[in-house]
Amino acid sequence: MASTLINVPPKAKRGDIIEIKTLTSHIMETGFRRTAAGDLIPRNIITSFTCRYNGNEIFRADFFPAISANPYVSFFTIAKESGKFEFEWTGDNGFSATASASITVA
Amino acid sequence: MPKLTSTRRDLLKLAGGAAVAGAVPILTLRPLEATPSTLNTAIRNVVGEAQVQTGKVKIDIPPLVENGNTVPMTVSVTSPMTETDHVKSIHVFNEKNPLPNIGNFYIGAYAGRAQIATRIRLADSQKVVAIARMSDDSFWSASADVIVTLAACTEEVY
Amino acid sequence: MDRRQRIFGNGIGVDHRRMKPSYAIALALLLFSNSSLAGGIPDGDRRSGYSFMGPDTRAMQDDDTSNPGMLFVLDGEALWNTKLGAGGKACSDCHGDAKESMKGVAARYPAFDKTLGRPVTLEQRINLERTKHQQAPALAYESHELLALSAFIANQSRGMPVTAGDDPELKPFVEQGRALFMQREGQLNLACTNCHNDNFDRHLAGSPITQGQPIGYPEYRLEWQTLGSLERRLRSCITGVRAKAPDFGAPELVALELYLMSRAHGMKMETPAVRP
Repeated sequence: MASTLINVPPKAKRGDIIEIKTLTSHIMETGFRRTAAGDLIPRNIITSFTCRYNGNEIFRADFFPAISANPYVSFFTIAKESGKFEFEWTGDNGFSATASASITVA
Repeated sequence: MPKLTSTRRDLLKLAGGAAVAGAVPILTLRPLEATPSTLNTAIRNVVGEAQVQTGKVKIDIPPLVENGNTVPMTVSVTSPMTETDHVKSIHVFNEKNPLPNIGNFYIGAYAGRAQIATRIRLADSQKVVAIARMSDDSFWSASADVIVTLAACTEEVY
Repeated sequence: MDRRQRIFGNGIGVDHRRMKPSYAIALALLLFSNSSLAGGIPDGDRRSGYSFMGPDTRAMQDDDTSNPGMLFVLDGEALWNTKLGAGGKACSDCHGDAKESMKGVAARYPAFDKTLGRPVTLEQRINLERTKHQQAPALAYESHELLALSAFIANQSRGMPVTAGDDPELKPFVEQGRALFMQREGQLNLACTNCHNDNFDRHLAGSPITQGQPIGYPEYRLEWQTLGSLERRLRSCITGVRAKAPDFGAPELVALELYLMSRAHGMKMETPAVRP
């Protein structure tokens, strides 16, 4: 079950700089750990995270195995207009998760 | 490639030419000799032959972490964040993990504030380096030393 | 201590190969009795593991949108409302809104089960309900689903004082748990009390020793990189002193868990806590 937690202020004034916090569940298996038998556990990580604000990409991140399990990212953007933030995580083994949050900008 | 029997004039010409061309990379990590080569290569992959200056970037990371699996880290860059003068991306590297890259974060003028926070894994006590690429393609960097201790007790493997 | 050493005088004419039985017993009592020397922590001095952490880890716990344990609470909420089992019933069909019905529940667990005649943990209670009333198979210990459900339910007690152990029927089991807490075990020959009553706030290999108050379970442990139960933590600790850990759900673990919760009586629940 891939759940995500998004923190976007529901309301903001036009021009405000707002902080967006995201947390998603993913094991972020580094590919360097071994089982008790000694076999290498294959890498399984989220490799890319994107945030779109009313369709425009405002933030993008490349993740490497050094990003912790259940990746947390916070970033900022200027509240320009009311609308929707869309978040997408993609990764190894065809992993894909999305989430969205709305904002009212007055 | 200078001849083995180059004269001082040749050397000065070479150095002068290189300096003028801006091709001499100045990676201001301290001390330069101690930086592992993979870290340098990873940084080169991002900045190319450009000069990386120290400054403008701040890394907030606990100097002594409680657990190397999850280290909270905030990177902020001083910048007016206007159309003409902003941070394009922030690249974070480390010294002693199996891989030198940690993450790349692409922001742009509409971020308002050049600051990202995330949680990273650090395998050992080491240096973390953050490099910011500005809108004029200049590079600024900062580094932080972090001490990582292992958990006290061994556990069953699940 | 080498039994051959003489502790009481020169002992000329005494057989030096073995210590006198009476001396041995006196010495053993002195060295190996923990309950009289260790003593519990006075109520006012009890501290949550939260207070032993650095500000960054505390910040992780404080913000619900950055606390990875909350991901499990969300999953648990979804499970709470999912119809399943032969009866096609969800937890919510009988128990309604968990925010009302589950308030304070986790704070009084492990609780006495009249049918079984012994205490059960919250996880065991969840499985009992699943098998009896939902006709669904029990969830494996430490499975994502069981952890999510117990995190969701325990989260409804967040901020409430622990009341576990109040039930008089639990008294013999609390005592059993207390004896286990005081009992040295393993190759390292350590009892829980040696670290968690006698040496908290000191350090073991760079990590602070806490009092071992289990008020944030199931908790997100950075070491595990996931949420885990108190039983997992206990089994890890027991393995850590190189003793054989009882299986999940074993009566000894339940008794120990009951004792630990009653030891934390009155402290506020923090589930889902974040710990190093």
